[in-house]
Amino acid sequence: MGTVITPYLTLAAILFCIGLYGALTKKNGVIVLLSIELMLNAVNLNLIAFAKLGDHPALTGQIFSLFNITVAAAEAAVGIAILITLYRNKGTTDVNDMDSMKR
Amino acid sequence: MVSDYSQYAWLIPLFPLLAFLALTAMGRQLKDFGIYISIVAMLASFVVALLIFVERLGGRVEDYTWDKLDWLKIGDWTLNMGFEVNNLNALMLVIVTLVSLLVNIYSRGYMKDDERIHVFFSYIALFSFSMLGLVISENMLELYIFWELVGVCSFLLVGFWYFKPEARAAAKKAFIVTRIGDVGLFLGMLLLFWYMPGHSLDFSSIHNAFTSGQIDPGIITWIAILIFVGAIGKSGQFPLHTWLPDAMEGPTPISALIHAATMVAAGVYLVARTFDIFQASPDALLVVAYVGGFTAIFAATIGVAQNDIKRILAYSTVSQLGYMMMALGIGVSYASGMFHLFTHAFFKALLFLGAGSVIHAVHTQDINEMGGLARKMKITTWTFAIGALALSGIPPFSGFWSKDLILAEAYDKQPFLFWIGVIAAFFTAFYMSRLFFLTFLGQKRSKHEPHESPASMTVPLVILAVLAVGAGFLNTPMNAWFGRWLTGEQHEETVNWAVMGLSTLAGVLGIGLGYLMYVKKSIARDFISGKAPWLYTLLNRKYWIDEIYNGILVKPLQGLGLLLELIDIYIVDGLVRLFTYAVVGLGRVGSRLQNGQLQSYGLITLLGLLILALAIAGRRFIHVG
Repeated sequence: MGTVITPYLTLAAILFCIGLYGALTKKNGVIVLLSIELMLNAVNLNLIAFAKLGDHPALTGQIFSLFNITVAAAEAAVGIAILITLYRNKGTTDVNDMDSMKR
Repeated sequence: MVSDYSQYAWLIPLFPLLAFLALTAMGRQLKDFGIYISIVAMLASFVVALLIFVERLGGRVEDYTWDKLDWLKIGDWTLNMGFEVNNLNALMLVIVTLVSLLVNIYSRGYMKDDERIHVFFSYIALFSFSMLGLVISENMLELYIFWELVGVCSFLLVGFWYFKPEARAAAKKAFIVTRIGDVGLFLGMLLLFWYMPGHSLDFSSIHNAFTSGQIDPGIITWIAILIFVGAIGKSGQFPLHTWLPDAMEGPTPISALIHAATMVAAGVYLVARTFDIFQASPDALLVVAYVGGFTAIFAATIGVAQNDIKRILAYSTVSQLGYMMMALGIGVSYASGMFHLFTHAFFKALLFLGAGSVIHAVHTQDINEMGGLARKMKITTWTFAIGALALSGIPPFSGFWSKDLILAEAYDKQPFLFWIGVIAAFFTAFYMSRLFFLTFLGQKRSKHEPHESPASMTVPLVILAVLAVGAGFLNTPMNAWFGRWLTGEQHEETVNWAVMGLSTLAGVLGIGLGYLMYVKKSIARDFISGKAPWLYTLLNRKYWIDEIYNGILVKPLQGLGLLLELIDIYIVDGLVRLFTYAVVGLGRVGSRLQNGQLQSYGLITLLGLLILALAIAGRRFIHVG
């Protein structure tokens, strides 16, 4: 088991950027939701890495990441539910069409 | 003797003020009743004024001054307001209230069909209030306030028929031209304030300071001339006379009240009121005398070539006011000028009201379209004839006595002005006879069938006619009682038959020439205008004074105004508009970002975060405090 934190952080950064790119560019709402999950997991990875290899290792980070996974699951469920309702009403999941709050 | 009635003099302006308030508040509802309120208020004022006047006529009654109202306190300097009653303004009170009362009664007939008759009466009431306030003012500043108020009333009444463009223009002209004079008066008042001991502006202090010679003579001349500039504006003296003939666009009763009998006489009254200042400066007196004399003859010559009945009378008013100024400027005392003001108020109001009666009958103001009215309008004709004879200075009518007094004083002091006065009297008689003969005698040239005016219009004419005959006997060369009463100074009674003869001769010659030209027609009407058409045009166009002013003053000032307006529109407003466009543009950009696209919001948030991160990172390398 290595004692260097850099690979973990690099992987997390790559995951985060992929997620960000997906969240900002993809048209399909489902893909956008998936990309957000990717970003969340990148954050989880960071939390765990710091909890194990940071300056002050503690269990707090791991517990916090467990919380994150739980909340993310709930969020994904709600998000998908909203998407399905939208799809039923508008017949599309394209995020560009979801601008009804502006009007 | 202590006066019983003088302490109630404050009631005199109060009645018209109450009438004005009542008419303004509910004139429309009161209808005819409101007009009676106005007439009754004027009657009440007239009765009080008459009581004061008669009491003062009876014997040597003390002057009454009340100045207990502290109006303005600056440090230990106090400006009082109050009123003062002496023989001079008791006389003015009677003139103003009487003419105003008669004009009120007359207007009821003349303005009967006007929808805004209650507005008209409320303006007259406001004017009467202001004029009476001016007359009983106790200090210069109080007088100045009322002075401006009568100016406002004049503006309102000249522009009463505001739907006529000429009336609007005339109202503006009357206001702006008199303002030029008012600036002079204001500057004079400031100088007076500065140099008076104790900075007091009340007339009794002015009297004391200037008769005891406490003030530098150079300053006195300046003060006197600046005050006279105010009088020039108000009393239509050359070169500020141009507004008065144009003011004839107002209703005729107004021309009689404001622009003949009372307001325009305010300038003469002002000079008489501050006569101590003028007497302390011979130079200023000379200016007054020559401006007055020049105006008298200048306006009389213009009057000869006018065709509008009211304009002839207006130029006659300017000319007679010049006479009054000349009389004051000769400087013996203010009695002669004030006496002419007194008689002139009656016969000129009579002439204007008579002209109003004629206009009422034939619906035109051009004397060439009248003629032959004498058969149909007996009362108007007779009263008008009396007024014309009084104005022409034919004995024994009142105008003769007052003109004679002025000419006799001029004969002694300023022979040159005496001859000017005689020539002006000749022109006066000529244009009045021309006016009378063309209007009332000869063939009927009007399209309308003339009819006599109702009693509400003829009764004031008769009353004024009686006064125009009788008022002159108050002061004759045989018995100069009136002058002594007015000024409290003793003057020797000298009967100067030469002056009397010459002034009568001038009047008779003028009338005779008019008779030969317009009735007998033994001298052709175009005797002069045919041989020297340029002369007729010069007079008919009023020496092109209006055109000259238009060219050298009005147009450049309008140009300057246009320039300033352009600066206002394009530079001042432009700057403001630039700001608004910038802000609106910024708002447009902002609202374009707000497009409802979640992903672009995210992108912008990301950009913001990056900028923040860069800024924080940059702080490590660049120290910004």
